[in-house]
Amino acid sequence: MAVYKKTYRPYDGGLTSSWTRFLVIPRYAFEDLHRSRFLTTFFIASFLYPLICALIIYVQHNVSALGLVGVQGANRLIAINVTFFMSVLGWQSMLALFLAAFIGPGQVSPDLANNALSLYLARPFSRIEYVLGKLSVLVILMSLMTWVPGLLLFSLQGYLEGFGWMQDNARLAFGLFAGAWIWIVVLSLLALALSAWVKWKPVAGALMFGVFFVAAGFGAAINGVQRTKWGHLLNISSLIGNIWLRLFEGDAHTTNGAVFFRVAQGEELPLWCCWAALTVLCLVCLYMLARKIRGVEVVR
Amino acid sequence: MDPVIELDGLEVRFGDRVILNQLKAALTGRSIGLLGPNGAGKSTLINTLLGFHKPAAGTARIFGRDIRTHAREVRSLVGYMPENDAFIAAMSGVRFVRLMAELAGLPREHALERAHEAFFYVGLGEVRYRALGTYSLGMKQAAKLAQAIAHGPKLLFLDEPTNGLDPPARVRMIQLIQEIRDRGDLHLLLSSHLLRDVEECCDEVLILKDGKVAALCNLEEERRANRNFLEIETRGESNGLFLEAVEKLGCETAPGAQGRVKLIMPDGLEVRRLYQVAAEQNVQIRRLSHKRDSLEDIFLKAMETADGRL
Repeated sequence: MAVYKKTYRPYDGGLTSSWTRFLVIPRYAFEDLHRSRFLTTFFIASFLYPLICALIIYVQHNVSALGLVGVQGANRLIAINVTFFMSVLGWQSMLALFLAAFIGPGQVSPDLANNALSLYLARPFSRIEYVLGKLSVLVILMSLMTWVPGLLLFSLQGYLEGFGWMQDNARLAFGLFAGAWIWIVVLSLLALALSAWVKWKPVAGALMFGVFFVAAGFGAAINGVQRTKWGHLLNISSLIGNIWLRLFEGDAHTTNGAVFFRVAQGEELPLWCCWAALTVLCLVCLYMLARKIRGVEVVR
Repeated sequence: MDPVIELDGLEVRFGDRVILNQLKAALTGRSIGLLGPNGAGKSTLINTLLGFHKPAAGTARIFGRDIRTHAREVRSLVGYMPENDAFIAAMSGVRFVRLMAELAGLPREHALERAHEAFFYVGLGEVRYRALGTYSLGMKQAAKLAQAIAHGPKLLFLDEPTNGLDPPARVRMIQLIQEIRDRGDLHLLLSSHLLRDVEECCDEVLILKDGKVAALCNLEEERRANRNFLEIETRGESNGLFLEAVEKLGCETAPGAQGRVKLIMPDGLEVRRLYQVAAEQNVQIRRLSHKRDSLEDIFLKAMETADGRL
């Protein structure tokens, strides 16, 4: 109908599948994020480290080629081992934290600020789909920053080193994938929960860092005063690092974890404690979301 | 006629407070008014029908679909214009309506087309690319209406649609609602505390008071009925006795302030009898006028408590 015919008419066209409707949210979110020059630059810059790593892997396997141009001993620069891949994951995960702190606070708060949430939920669209839609914005972007480049590097190394290497080091691929997902889920839930409760974006972003760094400092203070190691329960990066260690190396680990996610020697917490602490954190975030993501807020 | 909305013992509680108390009604009108004073439960009823509140007991059906078991299906049939502000401030009007249409299930090309149409329809065509946060109150109301109709619902919930509008904007909003109603493609549920809005737009009225159904009235039938309405103004010590005597004659009465009484005369009763009864009770009838029952009368009557207070 032409817009000049200003009459109401019913809709009789087809409808999209209800299963994929939550993906409307990330599509709109990506359009918004794309408009921010800073975020676009930051996101592209986050691939610099994996690019350098890819170059190192290439150099490792093309020594003779480099010899032709006079570069000697390039293969001794860095070994492609568990430390190499944990560093990739560590660096990228830290960048993912920054990304979550930048874009996370803007996810739910604009919908709550002027009651737009009631309009989302007045449609055939559930609270769970809303949260999934918002989560998928962070999950997709952080996946592209963490496990996707990690697995691409693993594949490149496997391609150059041979299928045998891939088989022998399959644990690394699993560690990259599962380790990144644990981090992504924790970060995404935390970012959304803070976005739902703190309407002022800079404060919500600062709180993201606060939860990681201030809580870690508080945990270290508890350890120092009480001469215990249980203060690490407040240190999310240490909890994640502990789990990553087991994912990458099992119980007989040879390193003390990934960069930014180090585990203090002799102060490792039992694995189940790390899982339990992260589970509690996720449940608290889900509870916070469940309290706020409602069609109407009821004052009892 | 199959009811559009059927309330079947619907009860909603917030903690210990009963907000909607055993509502029972079958609403069949094309355009249904939901009236009641502030706190009567009008918005809670709409929110419950949308699935925002869980009924403590009973249920409701919209086009025969139970809101408890078919909430998603019910929401796919309705459009909702809430009472308060509801928008994303940084988003342009047309993009917001398009987002809402896509969430309602429209493919993106259709959603975009319908968003533009809806914006032109509500008279915001020229400002559709402006951020919603910069809209005036009247424009925000119109944008809320646009998002409510963009996906072509079968039932439209309008919660106080003329809230905060200046007189020309109110007239325009009422005209839009009437146009939508007269197209005949959808049903309306218009919640308001403004009797005039409901009277101008609705053919059936559900009046709520303290969470209960105070009256359910078909305005069309009321308008068509040739009943004998009177408004009288009395002076005298024994007004109460006079009213009792008048009721014994078969009149329905609605006492107002300062001796004013609205009466519905039964067929065959002459006005002269009223003067006779008044004389017997030593009451003066100072003024008498024939009057058609308005929605205001119906509303005031529904609001009366047993002791005659409003």
